Amino acid sequence: MNSGFLSLEGVRKEFKGVLAVDTFDLEVAPGEFVSFLGPSGCGKTTTLRMVAGFEHPSSGTIRLAGKDVTFAKPNERNIGMVFQSYALFPNMTVADNIGFGLRVRKEPAAAREARVAELLDLIHLPAKGKSYPYELSGGQQQRVALARALAIRPQLLLLDEPLSALDAKIRVELRSEIRRIQRELGITTVYVTHDQEEALSLSDRIVVMSAGQMEQVGTPFEIYNYPKTSFVASFVGTLNQLRCTVTDAGSGDVAFDSQIIRVGSPIQFAKGTRVLMMLRPEELHLGERGGENRLSGTVDSVTFLGGVVRVRVGLGDSNLTLDILNERTLRLPTVGEQQTLSFPPHACWVMAEN
Amino acid sequence: MTISTAPVSAAVKAPAAEVAAKGNRLWSWLFLLAGALYFLVPLGATFYWSLRAEKGRLGVEAYRRLFADANFLPTFSESIVNAIIAIFLSLLIIVPTAYWVTLRLQGLRPAVEFITLLPFVIPAVVLVFGLIRMYSRPPLLLTATYGSSRILLVCAYAALSFPYMFRSVDNGLRAMDVRALTEAAQSLGASWGTILRKVIFPNLRVALLSGALLTFAIVIGELTIALFMAQHTFGPYMANLTRSKVYEPSAMAIVAFALTWAAMGMIAYVTREGKRR
Repeated sequence: MNSGFLSLEGVRKEFKGVLAVDTFDLEVAPGEFVSFLGPSGCGKTTTLRMVAGFEHPSSGTIRLAGKDVTFAKPNERNIGMVFQSYALFPNMTVADNIGFGLRVRKEPAAAREARVAELLDLIHLPAKGKSYPYELSGGQQQRVALARALAIRPQLLLLDEPLSALDAKIRVELRSEIRRIQRELGITTVYVTHDQEEALSLSDRIVVMSAGQMEQVGTPFEIYNYPKTSFVASFVGTLNQLRCTVTDAGSGDVAFDSQIIRVGSPIQFAKGTRVLMMLRPEELHLGERGGENRLSGTVDSVTFLGGVVRVRVGLGDSNLTLDILNERTLRLPTVGEQQTLSFPPHACWVMAEN
Repeated sequence: MTISTAPVSAAVKAPAAEVAAKGNRLWSWLFLLAGALYFLVPLGATFYWSLRAEKGRLGVEAYRRLFADANFLPTFSESIVNAIIAIFLSLLIIVPTAYWVTLRLQGLRPAVEFITLLPFVIPAVVLVFGLIRMYSRPPLLLTATYGSSRILLVCAYAALSFPYMFRSVDNGLRAMDVRALTEAAQSLGASWGTILRKVIFPNLRVALLSGALLTFAIVIGELTIALFMAQHTFGPYMANLTRSKVYEPSAMAIVAFALTWAAMGMIAYVTREGKRR
C-alpha cells in the first residue's frame, strides 16, 4: 500500500514501438509541489498527459487519492490543468472562462459568480472579468488559465510549461505568483518544465528525466548539490568537468595534468581509473584563498551577467568556468591574463568518465 | 553634451518610407477598384436592363410582373428552405468529421479530403441518375412522392456542399489550437457534446458562415438535380423564365441577389446575437 496522494507505479508509455516513458515510479504527497525537469523529448509532458488522462499508459497504474484512474476519462478525474498555450476559450469572457468548469458541473449561478470573483481576486485581476482573452497580455492570460483550472476545486493541479511563452520578467513574476497561490490553497501540484531555474525555485521535489527515464528524484538542494548521474549534474546548473586519474582512492586524491586535486572523501574507483572530477562555478575562486586545491591557467573569456561575472579559464585542453559575485569595486580579470584558481576539497566530486 | 544620431537617420528615412506607404496604398485602392468594377459592372448592367421593360422609359415594370407571377415566391421560398436544411445537415456531418480528423485521425485527412471533393469530380447529371437509380426501388424508395423526392434533393444538396463546407471548417479549425482547447475543456469536466457546442462551434462562427454562404449560393439556383427530380424550386423556375421572358430574368437576378444577401445578413446577425448572449 502506498502513501502518495498521486502515485505512479511502473508506468510505461510506447508510441508505435518507440519508448517515451520507461517504468516511472513516483509518490506525490498531499500539498506537495513536484516538478518534472528535463530536455525536450525526455517524456515529462507524456507523463503529465497520462496523469491528466489525455494518454493512456502502455502498462502500469496511476492512482489519485487512492483511486485507480489509469484509464479514467480526463473529464472524470477532477484535475485542473494549465497549458503552455493558455488554451483560453476565445469566444468567452475572462469570467466565462473561469466559470466554464462550474457551468459544466451545473453549479447555481450565484455560487458560480461568487467563485469567479474569488478567483479573480486571487489572481489580482478583479476588474478583468468582462474582458476577452485577446484583450489581455500573455501573463494575464496565463493567470486566467490558472484561475480557470482552480475554479473547479481540483484535487490535483497540472501545469505544462506554463511560463515558456512569456518574456523573462513576467516569467519570474508569475513564478512566484504560482507558488504563492499553490501554498495558499495547499493544492498538490505537478509542474513540467525544461527550465532548471523554474524547477529549482518552485519545487518541493524535482524529478529529473532523460530519454524517458527518471534520472533522479530529490529536493532542489539535493538535485543541485548531490547529483546522482552525470546527466543530472550537467543538466541542472553549470558544471565544470575535468578528466582526471585516481591516484589515491582512500584519501580521495586525483591527478589532473600531474597536479594533485584533493576531493575530500574516499573515491569508489580503483587507483589509475579515469574519472570526471566535477565542480560548480560558484565554488571556484580567483587567487589562492579559496581552498587547498589550486590550478593555474589563462583567462579565455570574461562575461558580465549583471549579478555575477562569468570567467572561463583555459587549462590546456580543458577549461574551468567560475562565477564571481559582482560588486562596484570589483577588478575584472582580463583575457589572456594568467590566473590561479583555488577551491576546497568538499566542493568536488567524481563520477565514472562515461 | 551627447548627440544621438538615431533621430537624424530616422528623420531622413521617414519621407522615403512615407512615399513607399503612399504608393502601396494607391495600389491597394487600384486593386480594390478593379475588383469592385468586375463585380459591380455586370450587376449594374443587369439592373439597368431590368428597368427597361417599358418602352422609352426606365421603370419597375419587370419587377411588378415578376412578383405578380404566381410561381415566383413559392419556388424561391422552397429553395430557401431546402438550402437551410441542407446547410444544417452538412454542418452536422462536416463539423464533427473535420474536428475528429484534426484532433485524432490526421492520417485519414487525405481520404476525407478526397471524399469531400467528389461532388466536384462527379457531374451533377451523373449524381442525379445515380440517386434516382439507387432510391427508386424498395427498400430505399424515395422518389415515389414529391415530399420524399425533396428529402433526397436536400441530401444531394448537402453532399454538393461538402467541398466548400469541409474546406471552410477545416481552415477554421486550423486557425485555432483545437487540441489544447479540447483538452482544457475536457480537464474542466466537459463531455464531447459540450466541447463541440460550447467551444468548437462558437469559435468556428466565421468559417461556418462562409461555408453556409457558399452552400446557400449553390443551392438557391441549382437546376440539374432539381429538374430531374421534378422539384418546383427556384432553379427550374429561373431556367423556364429565361427561355420565355426578356426583362423579368434580369429583375429576378437582382431580386435573388438582394434576398440572398439579406438572408446571409440575417444569419450573421443571429449568430452574433447568439454569441453575445
